[in-house]
Amino acid sequence: MTKPADNLTDKPADNLTDNPADNLAVKPAVKPAVNLGVNLGGLQMKNPVTTASGTFGFGPEYAPYVDLNRLGAITVKGTTLEPRKGNPTPRIAETPAGILNCIGLQNPGVDHFIAEDLPYLRNYDTPVIVNIAGNSLDDYAEVTRRLSGAQGVSALEVNISCPNVKQGGMVFGTDCLMAAEVIRVVRENTKLPLIAKLSPNVTDIVEIAGRVAEAGADALALINTLLGMKIDIRTRKPFLGNTMGGLSGPAIRPVAVRMVWQTARAVRLPILGMGGIMNAEDAIEFILAGAAAVAVGTANFVNPGAAMDIIAGIEQYMKDNGVTDVNDLVGAAWK
Amino acid sequence: MRVYVPQLTKLAKPGQFVHVRCSSGLDPLLRRPISLHGIDYGKGTISLLYQVVGTGTRLLAEMAPGDEIDVMGPLGKGFTVPDGIKKALVVGGGIGVAPLFPLIHSLKHYGIQQTVLLGARSADFIIGREQLELLGVKVKIATDDGSLGYKGFVTRLAEDEISGGTPDYFFACGPNPMLKGLISLTKGFGLSGQVSLEEYMGCGVGACLACVCKSKAAAGREPDDSAEGFEYKKVCVDGPVFEASEVILDD
Ligand SMILES: Cc1cc2nc3c(=O)[nH]c(=O)nc-3n(C[C@H](O)[C@H](O)[C@H](O)COP(=O)(O)OP(=O)(O)OC[C@H]3O[C@@H](n4cnc5c(N)ncnc54)[C@H](O)[C@@H]3O)c2cc1C
Ligand SMILES: Cc1cc2nc3c(=O)[nH]c(=O)nc-3n(C[C@H](O)[C@H](O)[C@H](O)COP(=O)(O)O)c2cc1C
Ligand code: FES
Repeated sequence: MTKPADNLTDKPADNLTDNPADNLAVKPAVKPAVNLGVNLGGLQMKNPVTTASGTFGFGPEYAPYVDLNRLGAITVKGTTLEPRKGNPTPRIAETPAGILNCIGLQNPGVDHFIAEDLPYLRNYDTPVIVNIAGNSLDDYAEVTRRLSGAQGVSALEVNISCPNVKQGGMVFGTDCLMAAEVIRVVRENTKLPLIAKLSPNVTDIVEIAGRVAEAGADALALINTLLGMKIDIRTRKPFLGNTMGGLSGPAIRPVAVRMVWQTARAVRLPILGMGGIMNAEDAIEFILAGAAAVAVGTANFVNPGAAMDIIAGIEQYMKDNGVTDVNDLVGAAWK
Repeated sequence: MRVYVPQLTKLAKPGQFVHVRCSSGLDPLLRRPISLHGIDYGKGTISLLYQVVGTGTRLLAEMAPGDEIDVMGPLGKGFTVPDGIKKALVVGGGIGVAPLFPLIHSLKHYGIQQTVLLGARSADFIIGREQLELLGVKVKIATDDGSLGYKGFVTRLAEDEISGGTPDYFFACGPNPMLKGLISLTKGFGLSGQVSLEEYMGCGVGACLACVCKSKAAAGREPDDSAEGFEYKKVCVDGPVFEASEVILDD
């Protein structure tokens, strides 16, 4: 499918429209530009790069470093029905090429998000993916209803996989039937594109992916953090305030790539791939494994401009390799 | 370490910090928060004073003059000097004196009298005494082992100063036990002040919620769990400097 390199122009990507079809149409005398636009289960993105929930706040935090208009989408911190305080500190620990966190879904609650944070995001020409979590099916249903009625929410990413909360979270995420139940309930309450975010802390990622697909998900996001732990040998006690935490960063990348590969081959839903993406090469690896889009998480902490660099790097890779449409790279490693 | 960063220096205020990348590789992965120890608006430089405690600070110490360094900032809310204070008590524990230097300079600039108390494990860990004395600032010292100055905690010196009745405000930075002692002491005397806190950080910009500290729920705001009577604030953007009366330090 890839076009020869001499068909390429140096046209900047901002000349593209959001609709990949428009960008693909070869108009007479106009050489095709590089298309970065992707469709993630009904969510149209101008490029395949979003932020990983919980690593990018609600947007304004990184505005001095990132042109929010250039992101494919902004994925915000996990939101729950009631405000959550989160876990005691320390909430973060460093491990080889990774970090453990136990934030515990601290957030101001869905109503506060809609009233105070969403209006800011509406200033940008970038879709907003709201990550949601709950303790019960009723919680998920109610959060879904409130967000579906709010202006400026483009998609819901359903966290059925947070390792850092006592109830819900991973219990839902690691039990196939419960995971499917959560997705079914959210589906019943929204027409928005529904992205199911999966936990890697399972025996068979493909089985759970299949169940949530049947339950009505439009796309899958993977992976959330891997459950891990660190012990302080000085105090002889667990280091983190919540004993265990979620591992993210480059340390988990090979696991994430493998899970994206397995899931993409087995389930016919677009995938939002993440887990240790630090640069464009890493992002392209996920796309080749089958991800239609990618999310940048821990990398933001290291390089606040990481998402911008990754968008530019993907475009450069396409130009260098004669690829005119990023969609041609999706799953190219197994096609 | 002195860093030439004119854009950052222009905006820098006492008590703020920079988030420093210590390695271009993956170990350590995260940036390290380091306070502004000196701000030279004329030269466009900031200086950082740090104690080598692990990999990140060791890599910083191994850098050579002329090397490039990746710093983000200035970040956080710094010290504010309230109107009307006449005599300040400044307390630094260990490496905690680092961010107090720019403050001490600005107190001097405003003509506010000050006494600086320095505390540390031993004489070797007392930092900046000579520079402070050169500035003409009154300095008193406490060491745990008595190798310099008073033998015991710096909070004891603080108690003497306060009960002597002179300071009308205080500023402090140091280990949590010291700050905790100081907060309860000053509360007893009705002395208000500001403290600079440390917490493990991820992003440094308020996005990850790793660096929180407990704060007495702000008046008029519904605390999310009123039974516990606190809310978490972010050290990186709401601090690192907080009103002493606001923070709750755990043991
Ligand atoms: C706002 C702020 C300003 C700071 N300013 C200075 C400064 O001016 N000079 C200075 O020397 N240090 C300062 N620190 C502390 C400094 O960030 C840590 O010492 C540094 O991150 C250690 O990194 P490392 O890789 O060398 O050690 P690591 O290997 O990460 O840790 C070594 C030891 O230090 C402790 N430690 C590491 N990070 C922190 C932290 N953030 N808070 C408390 N303990 C920690 C660990 O528990 C461990 O015992 C500041 C911290 C904050 C939050
Ligand atoms: C500090 C932190 C907070 C996170 N919070 C959330 C969250 O609220 N909801 C969620 O679904 N995932 C959360 N995650 C997981 C990330 O979205 C992502 O799935 C994971 O970190 C892997 O990507 P990375 O290695 O690029 O960071 C969080 C991760 C980190 C590091
Ligand atoms: S370090 Fe991320 S919120 Fe403070």
